[in-house]
Amino acid sequence: MRSMLKTTLAALATTAMIAVPAMAEGLTGDLKIFLDTSNPAPRATMEDMIARFQAKNPDLQIETTIIDREAYKTQIRNFLTANAPDVATWYAANRMKPYVDAGLFDDVSDLWKEDLFATKLAPSKAALTLDGKQWGVPYSFYQWGIYYRQDIYKELGLSEPKTFADMKSNCQKILDSGRKCFTIGTKFLWTAAGWFDYLNMRTNGFEFHIDLLQGNVPWTDDRVKATFANWRELIDMGAYVDNHTSYSWQEALPFMVKGEAAAYLMGNFAVAPLREAGLDDSKLDFYKFPVITEGVSDGEDAPMDTFHIPAQAKNKDNARAFLRYVADAENQTIINKQLGQLPVNADSSVADDKFLQEGSPMLNAADGVAQFFDRDAPAEMAKVAMDGFQKFMVKPDQLDRILNQLERARKRIYK
Amino acid sequence: MTSVPADYATAKSGWWHRNQQSMTPLLLLLPGVLFFLFYVIFPIFQSFNLSFYEWDGLGERTFVGFYNYEELYWDDAFYVSLRNNLIWLLLYLLAIPAGLFIALFLNQTVVGIRLYKSLFFFPFVISQVVVGLVFSWFYDPTFGLLNEMLGFFGFDPINVLGDERYVTYGIIAAGLWPQTAYCMILYLTGLNAVDPEQIEAGRLDGAKGGKMLWYIILPQLRPATFIAFVVTIIGALRSFDLISVMTNGGPFGESRVLAFYMFEVALSEYGFRMGYGAAIAVVLFLIMLVYISFFLWKMARDERGA
Repeated sequence: MRSMLKTTLAALATTAMIAVPAMAEGLTGDLKIFLDTSNPAPRATMEDMIARFQAKNPDLQIETTIIDREAYKTQIRNFLTANAPDVATWYAANRMKPYVDAGLFDDVSDLWKEDLFATKLAPSKAALTLDGKQWGVPYSFYQWGIYYRQDIYKELGLSEPKTFADMKSNCQKILDSGRKCFTIGTKFLWTAAGWFDYLNMRTNGFEFHIDLLQGNVPWTDDRVKATFANWRELIDMGAYVDNHTSYSWQEALPFMVKGEAAAYLMGNFAVAPLREAGLDDSKLDFYKFPVITEGVSDGEDAPMDTFHIPAQAKNKDNARAFLRYVADAENQTIINKQLGQLPVNADSSVADDKFLQEGSPMLNAADGVAQFFDRDAPAEMAKVAMDGFQKFMVKPDQLDRILNQLERARKRIYK
Repeated sequence: MTSVPADYATAKSGWWHRNQQSMTPLLLLLPGVLFFLFYVIFPIFQSFNLSFYEWDGLGERTFVGFYNYEELYWDDAFYVSLRNNLIWLLLYLLAIPAGLFIALFLNQTVVGIRLYKSLFFFPFVISQVVVGLVFSWFYDPTFGLLNEMLGFFGFDPINVLGDERYVTYGIIAAGLWPQTAYCMILYLTGLNAVDPEQIEAGRLDGAKGGKMLWYIILPQLRPATFIAFVVTIIGALRSFDLISVMTNGGPFGESRVLAFYMFEVALSEYGFRMGYGAAIAVVLFLIMLVYISFFLWKMARDERGA
């Protein structure tokens, strides 16, 4: 299962020869890049980007290694401590904390003082900051929200809900028509955390949500209970597909494609498989998760994909040059168009895609952008909590027991 | 120039020459023993040691004494895993009688019996991952064959792998499929060695059917039963791949066993509590130790008896 695929220099060299080496910056030496972009589209995107960088620096010896996305999550621990590359992909926020604490990522605050980063990437700075320093550079992000079957909504005479009350009344009509309101597959737990993120942010606001995830609020707090009470209303209605504990997020897609469920709370990466399955833009649409409590600060989940320099990298200057290229406006326009995601650089343009065009202003207008539950909370807490969310979705009566467990975990984890 | 060279003469009466007989087996054993020490014995002590620390695998270790075990005591997930381990141990043993009966059934001379035997042995040959996938499709609550069959007999559909009441049994059933095949092969070879004269003698004394099996055949199959027991117990204790493939420990951790829980806390995406994982490993090791000492004791006793 663990495929370690190497793109040889030869393959890159041929692409580089076709491209015109117009603005040779003339970096020399080596650059070793490790990527976790093993899916076909991201893989091609990254290979193209590296080929363009190679064309600018014909004398640079670039060696790219692409590692299976899941395997990468455990392998990174090994290659950061022994045989580190010069550049590696990873994720922002708390997910990089173990490596920052262990001194395995290089402090790149110097890059963030440069004009390009300080002005054009400023909104993403917080997500890359730990202990007052910056540890990486973002290349892409994407919005979360509710993707729904426009044709079903039209057939039932529904419109995009703006409030929780609308959402519930819509849902009741969908249920009455013999369909489920939302598809979800919780086998791998994190999909349930998406629901918690949004329900908690809409019930208690963005700041409270981040406070909770940083361990400053007890899980047994009444405000947390209010979030679960809202969630319970949807569960008790029967809003979610049955047997969701048996499915992965991909296995939950067919319910929506076949019209047995009307909507899916997901990241923008769900659009590609839904389109491939035959839902064109007339059938598929998107809305922002509706307001629950009026007046609370507005937060959105928008996980960021990032590049980092390992502390033990041998060619840190070349690595920094590469990160500058990654952050470059034109480059971000190109790669994010290919990835179907949003560029982080403010000067880049968003691809001409219905969902990205709708997502970009939504994120710009938000009071705060979260990275997603398992990136904002420490890994251990995320695991315990996500187990609890899944259990709650099946056995909502056990809420108190679940919350007590989470609270005990909180006391242990955030010492 | 006929005299024996001096060094040859001394070598002949040297230490090596005198001890060759006793040293050779030791030397030949040495590589194996070294590997065993380095990869089995040493890590066991390392795990014991690690279980007294808190460590994320990257930073500094902190000594915490018995804190990890205290955490285990309060951890519901640990008891669920322990309970599931016991269920596995008990139900997995069903593979032994099942294997025996299939072996008895297949132990006859019919045209094409080799083909039937290999078909029965087939599940043991395919990877556990494939077994897991096949069974998860079989159990699939919406499209699975199981619910189609239940529906045919007028029962309500059940979500085997998504319901905490059935999930462990569902996975054990999947595990029994290849394990039964394994026990069957052990018994088939055992049956080849059954002494026909004893059967003949038993028949003259009027033994048949169940009595023949119990008093004549089974005692002769004891070595096979012993091996089947050992591999089944060990198979049950290290059940991991099926759980990982079929449920990933879920729903909400109800299908975990100790080995899987250890992997989850120590090595999975959200884990890296090395000390806590080591503490679970120590508990699992102690359980295994009970079985291992029981079998060693039994083996020693049998050999003395023989």
